Amino acid sequence: MGIEVNGKTLEVDEEGYLADLSTWVPEVATVMAKEDGQELGEDHWELINFLREYYEEYQIAPAIRVLTKAIGKKLGKDKGNSKYLYELFPYGPAKQACKYAGLPKPTGCV
Amino acid sequence: MADFETPSFREYPTIPVLQEGIMNNGGPFVAKPAHNEPLGYPGELVDGWEDKAVAKLGDLASRYRSLQVFLDSCVKCGACTDKCHYFQGTHDPKNMPVGRQDLLRKVYRRYYTFAGKYFPKLVGAVDMTKEVLDDWYTYYHQCSQCRRCSVFCPYGIDTAEISMAAREIMDHVGLGSKYNNEIIVKAQTVGNNLGLPEPALVDTLEGLEEDLLDDTGLEIKVPVDVHGADVLLVTPSADFFAEPHIDGLMGYAKVFHAAGISWTLSSYASEAANFSMFIGSYENMKKQAERIRKAALDLGVKRLVVGECGHAWRVAYSFWNTLAGPFDFLDPNYPVPQHIVEFTHQLHTAGAIKFDKEANDDKVLTFHDSCNVSRASRMGDKPGGQYRLPRDLLRASANKFVDMPRDTIFESTFCCGGGGGLLTDDLMEVRVKGALPRMEALNHVIQENGVTHMAAICAICKTQFAKVLPYYGMGMDQIISLHQVVGDALVLGAPNE
Repeated sequence: MGIEVNGKTLEVDEEGYLADLSTWVPEVATVMAKEDGQELGEDHWELINFLREYYEEYQIAPAIRVLTKAIGKKLGKDKGNSKYLYELFPYGPAKQACKYAGLPKPTGCV
Repeated sequence: MADFETPSFREYPTIPVLQEGIMNNGGPFVAKPAHNEPLGYPGELVDGWEDKAVAKLGDLASRYRSLQVFLDSCVKCGACTDKCHYFQGTHDPKNMPVGRQDLLRKVYRRYYTFAGKYFPKLVGAVDMTKEVLDDWYTYYHQCSQCRRCSVFCPYGIDTAEISMAAREIMDHVGLGSKYNNEIIVKAQTVGNNLGLPEPALVDTLEGLEEDLLDDTGLEIKVPVDVHGADVLLVTPSADFFAEPHIDGLMGYAKVFHAAGISWTLSSYASEAANFSMFIGSYENMKKQAERIRKAALDLGVKRLVVGECGHAWRVAYSFWNTLAGPFDFLDPNYPVPQHIVEFTHQLHTAGAIKFDKEANDDKVLTFHDSCNVSRASRMGDKPGGQYRLPRDLLRASANKFVDMPRDTIFESTFCCGGGGGLLTDDLMEVRVKGALPRMEALNHVIQENGVTHMAAICAICKTQFAKVLPYYGMGMDQIISLHQVVGDALVLGAPNE
């Protein structure tokens, strides 16, 4: 399985997550969002970029509380809550946003 | 969003009209070699799997007498048929507990009973074929091992044990589910289901301490790897990561703070959950339990307390002693292990902590009994403590509490729909449909009593409800952690200025 990005086919797993994190380019998020019928605005990108930075440092996606706090700092307190994150990513910020950011899917009871 | 229909609420419970094969969906994603091999299983479906599966079935039936009795003793009385939430929600006859059991039983009969060997057609015995294996993979991953059916079976046949055995057999021939096996590998290597490494855990907990300081003005700690602490708290890693779980974790921290008891988490054993139970693997279950023993020894703690996780409590309460015991190095004045609910309850009874009930006046609460706590363990020193203690705590910390109908709680509780290793997006249809009976019961108390929130003490239940409540027209934030309610009402004293 794969997705077409910039004329190249990037491998994804059965759930649509990028098989190789290092193949990520911003267009990956755009293409994935398009498949879900979504358009990415500035706030989406803030989130995606934060996820990638956090992953680089810790090798895991941030906990939801870490994410809402960081977004609250960047975009204003009224946006630093999970309700807003679900507005941005209706399939769930942890899962949908991770997918767009090229991160592996969080596993466990989450 | 979904390519299936969410069931509608029924006016009263009815026996579903059968829809044969409606859930024959091929099962969850299959585990890859990287998920299987570290657990001691073949990477993929092995050659000659038919004979190997039959041999493994014989091995399990001879080792576990209970399994053989369950396979031998069904008289097809039908008492179990409508007791399964998945059958009620899906109408698929293979989701009747007896239908599910028979998938394994018919192979057992063929190879291990006199009648089945010589007159298979007379006794419904069949050969081990690919069709049978596919059915196993599909329908043993539509069982949450909740054991509700076994409460109603006059012989006490435990479908959960049959389902665990079936998964164990499949793993042994190289056919495992990705969700479960990937998680078990992470728990055995990183130390938790999430794969949350120590630096990320430490960073997350520091963030929580900041939040607690903001909320209360107090320096409430969420300590990790503190040598010589009195209590080691082992909790599901979802408590660090997800909502509403994290509010429960902050509730535990407040209780420890208010009672002045030193405690710690462990970065080595940062997981209470033990998914190896879901796949019936005693060997792998043991490995995870031993991590907890080692952490308790290394940290030199006196007590072991288990956080809000349903099946973890079953493993801790019923299996830890044989898997990783004896725990004779712990303080014998306290139960080993102790549930966080029992821990908080004891402190409250002794007057060591106090609640301000009015703090929860914005809520009308109900409580969801988790399967593994209700039907596979106890809590406290009296029978029924697993039902009474959490309710005592809710009633002590909130003014408004109402129970759901009697046939949906206590030993008859309905599964959330996501237990037993099914909490994965690729099983969303069965999860949503299986939640029907619980959603109906919740809806009942919402309509009749104005219930606003349902409290739970299981990470799987919390995640599952947050996901499925919206399918039934309710809010994802209506599910909360019991220790959130407790923490909100806890009298913490004046902030340090």
